[in-house]
Amino acid sequence: MSLLEIKDLHVEAGGREILKGVTLSLEEGETCVLFGPNGSGKSTLLSTIMGYGQTSVTSGKIIFKGTDITNMSVDRRAKLGIGMMMQRPPNVIGVKLGELVKVTAANGKGTTGHEKEFKMQDFMERDVNVGFSGGEIKRSELLQLSAQSPDFVMLDEPESGVDIENIGLIGKKVHELIRGTDDGRKNVSAFVITHTGQIMDYIGADKAFVLIHGRIAREGDPAAILDDIKQNGYGVDDE
Amino acid sequence: MSRINDEEVRKALDKKAAYGADIDMGRYDEGEKDVEQIEDLSDTPDDIQKKMINVGVNTDDSDKDGTILFINNAMSHCSNRAQEGLIIMSTQKALEKYSWARDYYWKAVDPVKDKYTAKTYEERSDGYFIYVKPGYHLKFPVQTCMMLEQNKSVQNLHNIIVVDDDASCDMITGCTTIHGANDALHVGVSEMYIGENSSLSFTMIHSWNRETAVRPRTNIMMKKNSRYVNNYVLLDPVGTIQSFPTAYLDGEGASCSFNTMCIAHENSNIDTGGCAMLNAPNTGAEILSRNITYGGKMIARGRLIGNAPGVKAHLECKSIILKDGGVTQAIPELEASCADVEMTHEAAVGKIARDQIEYLMSRGLTEDEAVSMIVRGFLVGGIKGLPANLQKDIDAAIDKASEGS
Ligand SMILES: Nc1ncnc2c1ncn2[C@@H]1O[C@H](COP(=O)(O)OP(=O)(O)OP(=O)(O)O)[C@@H](O)[C@H]1O
Ligand SMILES: [Mg+2]
Repeated sequence: MSLLEIKDLHVEAGGREILKGVTLSLEEGETCVLFGPNGSGKSTLLSTIMGYGQTSVTSGKIIFKGTDITNMSVDRRAKLGIGMMMQRPPNVIGVKLGELVKVTAANGKGTTGHEKEFKMQDFMERDVNVGFSGGEIKRSELLQLSAQSPDFVMLDEPESGVDIENIGLIGKKVHELIRGTDDGRKNVSAFVITHTGQIMDYIGADKAFVLIHGRIAREGDPAAILDDIKQNGYGVDDE
Repeated sequence: MSRINDEEVRKALDKKAAYGADIDMGRYDEGEKDVEQIEDLSDTPDDIQKKMINVGVNTDDSDKDGTILFINNAMSHCSNRAQEGLIIMSTQKALEKYSWARDYYWKAVDPVKDKYTAKTYEERSDGYFIYVKPGYHLKFPVQTCMMLEQNKSVQNLHNIIVVDDDASCDMITGCTTIHGANDALHVGVSEMYIGENSSLSFTMIHSWNRETAVRPRTNIMMKKNSRYVNNYVLLDPVGTIQSFPTAYLDGEGASCSFNTMCIAHENSNIDTGGCAMLNAPNTGAEILSRNITYGGKMIARGRLIGNAPGVKAHLECKSIILKDGGVTQAIPELEASCADVEMTHEAAVGKIARDQIEYLMSRGLTEDEAVSMIVRGFLVGGIKGLPANLQKDIDAAIDKASEGS
């Protein structure tokens, strides 16, 4: 049984069909990357798996750990072991990052007290995401995920907007999220959106999908697919 | 204020207030003036003690410089641990004892303002009198508790706070009902005077019953370089409350801030806010109001009046609506009679954005937990430096309210 199975998923957002029949599966312990041009529906796919309400499933199914989660609430999905780093998380005025990390750890399987490792010690008393820079948002999301410690982690462009010095930190922390601190102890599955493939240098990847115009156009070896995209592009005209 | 004309006050006895539903005061009996005397605060009966703690007033007064308890219309306990720098007693007693106390009696609030002030004047109502001598900085807060015990009665109070020059004082005052008092009326006139280079921080916590009517009347007179902070917290259901404390910044460089935090439950009718009259050069004011509506009626007012150069003031009214059915109104007003002022306002009314709730849910919080967390942050963000035990009460009240919604 696959950890995650998506069957002919059709999703609408803002009155428009964004995902037009996505079918894919992801095995336990597998790290998959998702490529695709801007606007192809990558973030929409991850948001739909998490259950965020801006999207609505018109048909198809999402099965996680053998359970149909298509209509499940966001928090129940989180309790089942799904965690996500959003591309653009919302500002939450009035909620301190430290407070959120604490309740996240209480509800999840991770621990608190790691803010220094993420260089976030000066942000714990600040409102979540309010005024955070692009790189700070990534580190904050990863800190929260470390407190949550999900079995299946979705990362929406973890390396984008991160400077050369911090990319190593992000890579290391994503690696720890998936494999644990002493290598091999953890075997978390991951679904990672990336444009450059840079994050693959830190976590490797078992499988790649290419999403174009809301459909999986290709699936296969991540390195080979990335090379091909780099050389030939996505081979689609802008609609 | 000009001399009080008794005839005019009598005429004002049925003068409706500018804001809030009109209350028929004839419906209520006079509140008792013969109340149980509590000598030692630790001897306070358990039920009273519980109520006091609920509004931030502690019977363990080791970290308080003074404590006053009023039950209905009379004082039940008064203690002064600061001694030297502080005079604390009932208003009527202070008027008997010190001729100078008259200089603060009906000098900030006009008895003909409305029927509530007129009634308080006519009754020669009692209340607390707190005077901090020049040069004294009280180490610990002074706490007062006004308890309304008699159903169908009116509690009429007249409080005076004077912080003389170069002095400072923190006050916590809790007003609440007990022993089934519900359909009752609380009227509290408070006159506050802050001397040059002095400061007063006044935190008021209200906890009433579903039918209680509440009409506080508060004015603050401020001298040069004085500072006033007003925190107001109302978390429990109430019948109707209307209050519009007004600070008169008459001395150069004076500044004030009003922070209000209310929850409007179903059938609660709340009309609160603050007004700053910036009458002297380089005065400043900040009025902040954060409210939650659970189906009640919530009016948040704020008024800034700039009458002198160099005035800087900001006003912010924000309300979150968690349940349909009520009415939420933000009424910010800015008025200036002088070009060299900088006055701004911000007002917002609405629900919590769905994406914020879901973001917290994706970290494992239930929807209710996510909403509570955001609401708590929203409310508490409006008030800085609240006593720690009060923080817990606020959390509990928000949790209770979100369960009920
Ligand atoms: N709530 C919405 N309302 C309207 N359109 C939406 C909504 N959400 C997504 N879309 C549209 O759906 C398309 C896919 O968006 P999505 O964010 O999934 O793209 P993406 O593949 O993640 O792109 P990028 O690489 O730029 O991040 C875009 O054209 C976007 O504008
Ligand atoms: Mg995207």
